[in-house]
Amino acid sequence: MVLTDPATLRFDLRIIASTIEPGSHVLDLGCGNGDLLAWLAEHRQVSGTGVEQDKNKATACIARGLSVLQGDLNREVDDYPDDTFDYVILSQTLQQVFAPAQLLSSLARIGRRVIVSFPNFSHYSIRLQLLCNGAAPKNEQLPYSWYDTPNIRVITLKDFRRFARDVGYTILREIAISSGHAGGEGRIIRRLTNLRATYGIFIIEKSRREQEQPRPQRQPL
Amino acid sequence: MTATAATDHRRFFTFAEAPNLLRLESGATLGPVTIAYETWGELSPARDNAILVAHAFSGDSHAASHLQAEGGEDKPGWWEFMIGPGKAIDTDRYFVLCPNILGSCMGSTGPSSPNPDSGRPYGLTFPMMTIGDMVTTQKRLVDHLGIARLRGVIGGSVGGMQVLEWMVRYPAMVRSAVAIATTMRHSALAIAFNEIARQSIMADPNWRHGDYYEGRGPDMGLAVARMVGHVTYLSDEAMRRKFGRKLQDKENFSFGFDGDFQVESYLRHQGVKFVNRFDANSVLYITKAADYFDIVERTAQLARPGDSPSQRSRYLVVSYTSDWLYPTYQARELVRTLKRSGQDVSFCEIEADCGHDAFLIPDQRLSTLVGGFFDGLD
Repeated sequence: MVLTDPATLRFDLRIIASTIEPGSHVLDLGCGNGDLLAWLAEHRQVSGTGVEQDKNKATACIARGLSVLQGDLNREVDDYPDDTFDYVILSQTLQQVFAPAQLLSSLARIGRRVIVSFPNFSHYSIRLQLLCNGAAPKNEQLPYSWYDTPNIRVITLKDFRRFARDVGYTILREIAISSGHAGGEGRIIRRLTNLRATYGIFIIEKSRREQEQPRPQRQPL
Repeated sequence: MTATAATDHRRFFTFAEAPNLLRLESGATLGPVTIAYETWGELSPARDNAILVAHAFSGDSHAASHLQAEGGEDKPGWWEFMIGPGKAIDTDRYFVLCPNILGSCMGSTGPSSPNPDSGRPYGLTFPMMTIGDMVTTQKRLVDHLGIARLRGVIGGSVGGMQVLEWMVRYPAMVRSAVAIATTMRHSALAIAFNEIARQSIMADPNWRHGDYYEGRGPDMGLAVARMVGHVTYLSDEAMRRKFGRKLQDKENFSFGFDGDFQVESYLRHQGVKFVNRFDANSVLYITKAADYFDIVERTAQLARPGDSPSQRSRYLVVSYTSDWLYPTYQARELVRTLKRSGQDVSFCEIEADCGHDAFLIPDQRLSTLVGGFFDGLD
């Protein structure tokens, strides 16, 4: 297996990697060249599978010894039995998904926990661009023009929190980060995250209503 | 200049001598059984570096050339680009084994072998055999060589079927499986083409119900069978690129049936070449075995996720975009089945316009996938 130098792992992937317990079983959707999976296998004894649409990237992953399926992630997730994985990772892909609620529900079915990351559309630079230029914003995280972008959804941290709650997920952890697109370096944002973070990383799980605290009986007045 | 005659590197393993005949899936018995095979590389002291290469329907044990100690030349094998020192199936590191399949005519027991009861070739008295029976004989060979667990089993097309059969029959004996351009079972389309091939042979008056070994064989029927097969191994794109409507050695139509188009001439050439090489009855038996092959109902026999990691196997499935004999959707069905049963599986579709035969054509992508996959097992 070709090892990945931890320093070269993209910053957001390093943050994601740090949240995964050693020995976990992981599915990485849109795994690209497999850097995260390779890092997890080497440093965390994580067994994992990746899904990648691009044939060259999928080939590169398999050639470095990773288990990767070349295909459309929306379809590939349907085939796994319930709770196959400890973590399902959807890294910087949610903004390209046509049916996010449906996909998340599949992910929560096949994995105990789901890690979702996406570029934050409410970063102050984006707000300013729209305000000052009146044109669709472009930046390092979202470098495309409106007519050639694969990013069909604009998501903010605030939107995602509401979405997760509305479709029945509990947010276990939220990490806001600021890093460039190439993303070697970056930092964690703790205050005013919706304004200052370039990416949001959320660890969520399906809300289990039966496990919720029973509501206290209202005492008669 | 005359080429040095290539040395025959085949070895032969004979077993199932009477009365310990081999019981086949059909219930029939067969024996003695001889399996011809070739090997490359050295078996490690721990006997854990063996890779079994399963050949396709008309293939043989000569998957690659052998290094010649005396400077003579060996003819290239059918998977020369994949097998050899430093190649994807690296003979410097792995002990590579390629057996000729049961029912073939390239050294292993098949319908053209002598029936011990009569001393004459079996012909149609050869019992119907299956892909499972082929694999049973391969397993006997692997046992004979003292290999408890194969590092990998790899094959394309009917070779891929043998790979899958290994995984349902002897999952604990195989660390990794590479199934290329193959299927869990034949579609009606694939059976249909095989049936045309068989009918073509059986309609040839020289076939004589399979009892032709003392006279002229069903050469025309066999040639036509090969022509049909060859078309299914190509693709519309490949044929357009290779032949289009080009004429063979002429400027104008002959307005006759001698063959004007290059594609006609090519198919005739392929047919004749095949007649000189292959036995018609073997085509009947092997195509039928491929048609009977079906692992869909037997996937429960694959290694289970609960098994210890040392018992689990890894899978690599590869398909080609222009393969219309075993199209990608069939490979994806296989992948889906493996995922559902909790197997560790990788899959990649390769863009290629050469049709089903693409796995036999040198391609860096296949080498990269397979080489990396076998390396990654450590």
